[in-house]
Amino acid sequence: MNVSAGSLDRPNSYIGRSVSRPNAKRLLEGKGRYVTDLVLPRMLYAAFVRSPYAHGRILSIDTDEAAALAGVRAVFTGKDLAAICTPWVGTLDHFKNMKSPPQLPLPTEKVTWSGQPVVLIVADSRAIAEDAAELVMIDIEEMPALADPVEAMSAGAISEELDDNLCFSMKLDAGGVDEALEAADLTVEQSFIFGRHTAVTLEPRAIVADYDPSENRLTAHHATQTPYQFQDVYSRHFGIPEANVRVIAPDIGGSFGMKLHVYHEEMAAVGASILLGRPVKYVADRMESFVSDIHARDHRVTARLAVGKDGRITGMEVDDVTAIGPFSSYPRTSAVEGNQVVRLMGAPYDFSAYRAKLSVVFQNKVQASQYRAVGHPIACAVTECMVDKAARELALDPFDIRGRNLIPDDSYPRKSPTGYQFEKLSHEVCLSRLRSLMNYDSLREEQAKLREKGILRGIGIALFVEITNPSPAFYGVGGARISAQDGAVVKLTPSGEVHCAISVTEQGQGTETVIGQIVADQLGVDRAKVRIMTGDTDMTPHGGATWACRGAGIGGETALQAARRLKANLLSIAGFILQAQPGELDIREDWIIEATTGQQRISLAEVARIAFFRSDTLPPGTQAQLSVAHHYAPQGYPFAFTNGAQGSLVEVDVETGFVKILRHWVVEDCGRIINPLLVDEQIRGGVVQGLGAAFFEECLYNAEGQLTNGSLTDYLVPMACEMPDIEISHVETPTRDTELGAKGVGEAGTAAASAAAMNAVNDALAGHGAVLSQIPMTPTRILKALGKI
Amino acid sequence: MKARAFEYVRPQSVEEALRAFGDADGDAAYIAGGQSLVPALALRLQAPALLIDIARIEELHGLAVVRDRLRIGATTRHFEILNSELVAEHAPLLSKAAPFVAHPAIRNKGTFGGSLALADPASEFPTMALALDAEVEIASFAGDRRVAIADFFLGLYETALQSGEMIRAVHIPVATAKTRYAFDELARRRGDYALVGAGVNAEYDGDRIERIGIAFLSAGPTPMRARRAEAILTGSRLTLEIIREAQEALDVDLDPPGDEHTPVEMRLHLARVLLGRLLGRLEARP
Ligand SMILES: Cc1cc2nc3c(=O)[nH]c(=O)nc-3n(C[C@H](O)[C@H](O)[C@H](O)COP(=O)(O)OP(=O)(O)OC[C@H]3O[C@@H](n4cnc5c(N)ncnc54)[C@H](O)[C@@H]3O)c2cc1C
Repeated sequence: MNVSAGSLDRPNSYIGRSVSRPNAKRLLEGKGRYVTDLVLPRMLYAAFVRSPYAHGRILSIDTDEAAALAGVRAVFTGKDLAAICTPWVGTLDHFKNMKSPPQLPLPTEKVTWSGQPVVLIVADSRAIAEDAAELVMIDIEEMPALADPVEAMSAGAISEELDDNLCFSMKLDAGGVDEALEAADLTVEQSFIFGRHTAVTLEPRAIVADYDPSENRLTAHHATQTPYQFQDVYSRHFGIPEANVRVIAPDIGGSFGMKLHVYHEEMAAVGASILLGRPVKYVADRMESFVSDIHARDHRVTARLAVGKDGRITGMEVDDVTAIGPFSSYPRTSAVEGNQVVRLMGAPYDFSAYRAKLSVVFQNKVQASQYRAVGHPIACAVTECMVDKAARELALDPFDIRGRNLIPDDSYPRKSPTGYQFEKLSHEVCLSRLRSLMNYDSLREEQAKLREKGILRGIGIALFVEITNPSPAFYGVGGARISAQDGAVVKLTPSGEVHCAISVTEQGQGTETVIGQIVADQLGVDRAKVRIMTGDTDMTPHGGATWACRGAGIGGETALQAARRLKANLLSIAGFILQAQPGELDIREDWIIEATTGQQRISLAEVARIAFFRSDTLPPGTQAQLSVAHHYAPQGYPFAFTNGAQGSLVEVDVETGFVKILRHWVVEDCGRIINPLLVDEQIRGGVVQGLGAAFFEECLYNAEGQLTNGSLTDYLVPMACEMPDIEISHVETPTRDTELGAKGVGEAGTAAASAAAMNAVNDALAGHGAVLSQIPMTPTRILKALGKI
Repeated sequence: MKARAFEYVRPQSVEEALRAFGDADGDAAYIAGGQSLVPALALRLQAPALLIDIARIEELHGLAVVRDRLRIGATTRHFEILNSELVAEHAPLLSKAAPFVAHPAIRNKGTFGGSLALADPASEFPTMALALDAEVEIASFAGDRRVAIADFFLGLYETALQSGEMIRAVHIPVATAKTRYAFDELARRRGDYALVGAGVNAEYDGDRIERIGIAFLSAGPTPMRARRAEAILTGSRLTLEIIREAQEALDVDLDPPGDEHTPVEMRLHLARVLLGRLLGRLEARP
């Protein structure tokens, strides 16, 4: 059951309104407080000595000279920290036969990627720690590096604990693929390469670990999306009772999934604080970020599509090899991306014969794991490029072939051949909306005219399905202590204002704004009177936090239900005070009103004053409950799937291989929209990340496993000048699983942007016999495809 | 990413700065805009014991036309070049290239002299100075000397500057009514160092090229003059045939770096395309 969308002219009706972010002004004024800003008494600074080799055996480590430097308080190696920290293994039970070597904060025997931290130095300043780092002598016997993902399949194991380099493999077979390929009028085949890229958050990873031995208490000020997950990790691996571990995530400067994985440096900093009994700060610098933050993607995909003469897709077969670095990340593993790649293939289309093989392999590069739109861009680009290729061979228009294959909007609920359950999607509406939004027909006309003048433009479209609002089916069933529920405490202050502490977190996307809107809307109070608090395990209930597109959908529903309960309590107390039936009362503009007439009866401030300070005037036996704690976990569909369509217009210079991205369009259905402004910002940001992957971002390695572009000079982050205007339109299909009806939207932009761009480039090059099937589409790759170099 | 500890002085005159360098036994560095030096210090690629800040020395700063030369004081900022009418009139090629130098924040600090002293082969100003046959005025204890730009860039980040020597100014022959010029570069993103870039500065006699300077950035260990291409073009009218010949000569003129992702052939190809385009759009002084 959904709440009514609410007419926007009702007072305090904030759901569906573009309101600004209360915290934006503070951040713009430079008053943000990030972990980096934090200075604690007796605090020390950490720096690491890192492995120069991608693979090698540690023969000896000499730290004497470093330890003797003035201002150095401690030097720790793998053994020191292994004594107080239990190893972690990044596997999940529901990924059958998955394996990964155990990890410690610092290695004791081998290094497995270039940039791996080996020695930790703790000193009075970061500069002194770096001085000392130059004095550490590590003797490493270099071993052959395994850099190539395909080679990893057959090469000897890089990990002594394991027999081979296969982390996880999986086969899906819905049946009928051989028959479909056999019977097909047309079989389209293509191999794809998706480069590695990384998140490049504005704020790097940072932690101040503060262990107090007198209470056996650890406080970690940690730039993370998931404070509760880290409370659990620190508690278990360092043997500190959970209640004694407090994780505080203050202002966070972006995360995109990067800051929810366990990193060796943070674990080492916590260990150092425990060993020293002093606060220890570690802030990754940009060079460290490139070699230690998770990377993402890195797929080699081969796909075959069976298509009839009429353009109907009858079957699909996919093989994905993805490389994740020397171990699977913890606690979410590095198999989720591949799993979602093979399960999302072909998702918008109506066919059942599907077969897929996934191989997740180890290699000597930094760990790769979940990053915004986990798996989606790969599945989308492969599917949509195959569909375009089929269209080209059959001389069908890209809109036309999609129209013939979409799952009809009136055929839900549906199950995909890969087992996903779709409650209700809106592909047909989105596709036709995209066509008019793009002004498709006149674009084609313009394209033809410009072609005569030698100007090559390309138009590409892509449809996508996105996974949001995950239930315990995502991690919980696999044994991970990662919550699918959220909790909120909503309370009335003695002045009649509202405070809400909630387990979802804010990394700059506006979570707190959205939660504030929902609480104010449901309570009937002015938004300015609602204070939201997030990111502190001591102050908010336990919950999943913000990731995988769940903040608004699950956190929002939690807030909605909590606010309704508080409202019921307020009306009940007001009923006593006013000697009225609670059912006849309502709250509007901070006043208890007569529901039918709207007449103001008593202000919330007065209710609060009486309840808190003059409880003696309430009837005997009345206990005013002005704080409500409430939890909510999704219980209907395992995931709330969303969908949409994107379009891209590019201009390719065939002499230089340079591409100008001219326009981008998105039609998106994320269910109930709580704040259109924030939703559009999410989509635009997501599109930019997708275009970054399509044209710019790639972690380049040489054969020795060295990252060769690990700086912001060489690693190309998409920037405003190269980004097009992004036009957005919405379709709203609320989920009926919640009263709020909201689904996720944070990953939608990223999911299909690179696919649309790839199709646009290939559309431009269609007359030149060149096909791009590798991203990023760099000038070099484009010129090579054109045979110019 | 923290620099090693260093001492810092801010002298008032060139004289004082030179002395400070001499007193430091060579373990010193001049700092001007700091836009290249500070990152190098932070990365510990360089760790001089003393930094001598020359950015505020009055006599090093400013633009002036002296007879047929534009004099650019060493600490003249990139943004000043970009905005200067004097430069637009007398060295329009520099004005053309200036918007491509980094981003506004960096242009506010970075200096012309610093850019030449660093001699990054991917930088715009050193390469344009080469195309324009500039002269570098160098201050040292032994007295000032002048070095033709063609003799200034010796190798990758290597110049004719001796230890302790300082660029005082750069002198550029002024443009005339016969001057035609063009600049462009191919950078992946606005403000990035380019994959390849070039400046052309020609003197025309009627419809014939009397003299031409062509210099490429990111096309070798130093800013690169395309002498063979110039020889082909000198004395000629621009025809498709001549342009093609000049483009082909770049294979010999240039020595670009290459790797798997941006092969040598890629940069050569782009250089040829760029030269063709630039020759097609040479413009006269405004
Ligand atoms: C993000 C970024 C992007 C950039 N992009 C570009 C670009 O696209 N194109 C470009 O050309 N540049 C670019 N730069 C470099 C910038 O232009 C620098 O400012 C310039 O190269 C050096 O000038 P500076 O005054 O900052 O020199 P500094 O950094 O102060 O010094 C550089 C070197 O020159 C020496 N030096 C400085 N002045 C003198 C002098 N008068 N005599 C002798 N030695 C001296 C110093 O000792 C040092 O070794 C970029 C820089 C950054 C940070």
